[in-house]
Amino acid sequence: MQKALKKYAAFFTLPTLLAFAVAFLAPFLIGIYLSFTKFSTITDAQWVGFGNYAKAFEQGGDFLHSLGFTACFAAITIVSINGIAFLFALMLTRKLRGTNFFRTVFFMPNLIGGIVLGYIWQLILNGVLYHVGQTVISDATYGFWGLVVLVNWQMIGYMMVIYIAGIQNVPQDLLDAAAVDGASSGQVLRHVTIPMVMPSITICLFLTLTNSFRLFDQNLALTGGQPGKDSAMLALNIYQTFYGTPGYEGVGQAKAVVFFLLVAGIALLQLRLTKRKEVEA
Amino acid sequence: MDRTKKFGRNAMFLVLCVLSLAFIAPVLVVLMNSFKDQFSISSDEAFHFPTGDTFVGFQNYVGGVEKTDYWNAFGCSLSITVCALAVIVLFTSMTAWYVTRVKSRYSSALYYGLIFSMVVPFQMVMFSMSKLANMLHLDNPAGLVALYLGFGAGQAVFLFSGFVKSIPVDIEEAALIDGCSPIQEFFLVVFPILKPISITVAILDAMWIWNDYLMPYLVIGSDYKTVPIAVQYLQGGYGSKDMGAMMAVLVLSIIPVVVFYLFCQKYIIRGSVAGAVKG
Repeated sequence: MQKALKKYAAFFTLPTLLAFAVAFLAPFLIGIYLSFTKFSTITDAQWVGFGNYAKAFEQGGDFLHSLGFTACFAAITIVSINGIAFLFALMLTRKLRGTNFFRTVFFMPNLIGGIVLGYIWQLILNGVLYHVGQTVISDATYGFWGLVVLVNWQMIGYMMVIYIAGIQNVPQDLLDAAAVDGASSGQVLRHVTIPMVMPSITICLFLTLTNSFRLFDQNLALTGGQPGKDSAMLALNIYQTFYGTPGYEGVGQAKAVVFFLLVAGIALLQLRLTKRKEVEA
Repeated sequence: MDRTKKFGRNAMFLVLCVLSLAFIAPVLVVLMNSFKDQFSISSDEAFHFPTGDTFVGFQNYVGGVEKTDYWNAFGCSLSITVCALAVIVLFTSMTAWYVTRVKSRYSSALYYGLIFSMVVPFQMVMFSMSKLANMLHLDNPAGLVALYLGFGAGQAVFLFSGFVKSIPVDIEEAALIDGCSPIQEFFLVVFPILKPISITVAILDAMWIWNDYLMPYLVIGSDYKTVPIAVQYLQGGYGSKDMGAMMAVLVLSIIPVVVFYLFCQKYIIRGSVAGAVKG
């Protein structure tokens, strides 16, 4: 079969290959090259070596600030989203009345686009903060916690459905055996359910971590990085360096390369860690 | 014992009711404000019901639709999303079948290249991609569809080829012996089998493309508006934001998503889980 099929390589793969080359491969390689140059369009690039990278990491620069901001954001949202989503999943796997309705409601925010989410929460948060005489962009702390609340609202339902699928896959005979042995529900949770849903847990940790690093639309709509650039996360910081600071396109591209290495590194590390955990469990 | 258990279940039910109300509340607040005049949406009144003075009926909707040219944006988003889904499902399933069935250097290079693209954030290629699209005259809706194929191919090929691996080769070889060409074989035998995973890919990409802001903004944003671009457009300059129009357009952009969700809920949730578990 391979032989017959090989003659049709162009028919089956060329459309995807061409689109992939134009949309990803060429821009990716050009992007790496451009990070070592000074440019305003692709065609006027001048080699500057590691100058852009040095500028990106300047002491007290906004890139390091946004890196710290993003890391804190990731640490908090990973714990809160997964913790709450897991609790929700435990409640929704007990055959309660209205389970389907609750699942529908909790998952819904996940479908709303990031820009729209940002403006919904801008209204709500400004309404609440008004009582202390503030707005969501008057201080980066408000922007930070605003984003935390927004992303929790958006992602909890998504993680919850993954946990529900995992919990429903726990074999009934294991639960029965634990019950026969007289395990309390806490013990069942700790020694049966959690080890059995470990694969789901790793997937969700991975998803929430990557998502918080890649977050852009919500950030743009909710605060736009204000005040100043204080509430800009990595992706927004890079965008604003490209399109808001003339002459800094090269620095923006250098930041983007660092950002890519970070995201790719996290993906690799997490995959390796999770593989090991699953074997142990 | 039984009584405490029953009490526990009732309490849990009550907690869930309160939580789901809290989950819907933000959308309801926006809906409520969309019927108030734009100056009464200012922060201190955001949670007040519209009263005789502040109620303006559908005025915000008329204004918002006019300001953003909403129906055009809606049509633009819809046609881009539908075309991109058709193109992605068709071409990436073909590619996935080829790279899974043919073991060659070319097919594994293509496969791993596509997988690699999944871990690269958009900001990495955003500038060079939009300039390149401009140079190649891809800065129109049709070009954007092609770019979505290229950028979405990684995940789609990954999901499709995982599914292809589970199809017994015997079925396919039987078709070949019966005199099918590989093209007939793919469209008559393989593609119908791929239906469940095609739905998953379509659902995941629909959620991505419909809500995508940055790529359409950078590639076609100067000539066309999609729904997210229309919403962001209302943000405007400093202090010039029409909150009434904003609320109305937010509601108008949430409604189609919710309707779609209620109709295809089963597929959406299943697709999201499958995409996450295999992605």
